[in-house]
Amino acid sequence: MAEFSTSVKDKGDVSIISLKGFLDAHTAPILETNFVELINKNRYKIVVDFNELAYISSAGLGVFMAFIEKIRENNGDIKLASMNDKVYNIFDLLGFPLLYEIFKSEDEAIKKFLEK
Amino acid sequence: MKIKTLNVKSRTENLSLIRDFINSSATEINIPEDIVENIILAVDEACTNIIKHAYKYSPDGDILIKVKPSSTKFVVSIIDNGISFEPDTVPEPDLQKYYRQRRVGGLGIYLMKTLMDEVKYISKPGKYNEVLLSKNIKVAKKNAG
Repeated sequence: MAEFSTSVKDKGDVSIISLKGFLDAHTAPILETNFVELINKNRYKIVVDFNELAYISSAGLGVFMAFIEKIRENNGDIKLASMNDKVYNIFDLLGFPLLYEIFKSEDEAIKKFLEK
Repeated sequence: MKIKTLNVKSRTENLSLIRDFINSSATEINIPEDIVENIILAVDEACTNIIKHAYKYSPDGDILIKVKPSSTKFVVSIIDNGISFEPDTVPEPDLQKYYRQRRVGGLGIYLMKTLMDEVKYISKPGKYNEVLLSKNIKVAKKNAG
């Protein structure tokens, strides 16, 4: 069984989803649920922390595409942080850095939200 | 080099089993780690497509994975008995368009083609479908010199 878990915390207006383990077609629904719950609470400023994510497939990448428009329509954003090289390469191969801001650390991503 | 096989049902929970199988088969013959990771992702994408599209999430379809290593190539054959698939009808992914349409598709196939040296589909409608994923390798010879 692929191990994957998430944890969600709030820092002021910003919500942080931290990912751990293997994000694939089996585990992607867990992350989808996190996004749905945040959107239901009108929390649209979201940082996703990849620090402990070991693996991602296109099913995982699809989750970010599914919610980004709705979130930006509500003056929010999904900002990505702390990816290892392996995970970044997959995002890069598919052109994601053109659509998403990617930060070295969770703190930098949060700071970007607070700048506005 | 020995052919290895893994037979699993068409369930997403088996993806981790499939990745472990590819990992151990490729690591065993000293393929470099970064290449092993690319092969694992390509096989994951192929099997995810089979579960989603060939079996439409029906959990009891069969997926047979065969690993055929040689001194120059690492070939993974993946066979299913589901609905046939026309890979050429899938356009290259356009992220800007997906963004507007709020959907994704074709990312997996694009990754497979990018990460592997050759991706081949063989389809015998009503019988079986086979995906052949091939990666050129240089296996370090033992006892050299």
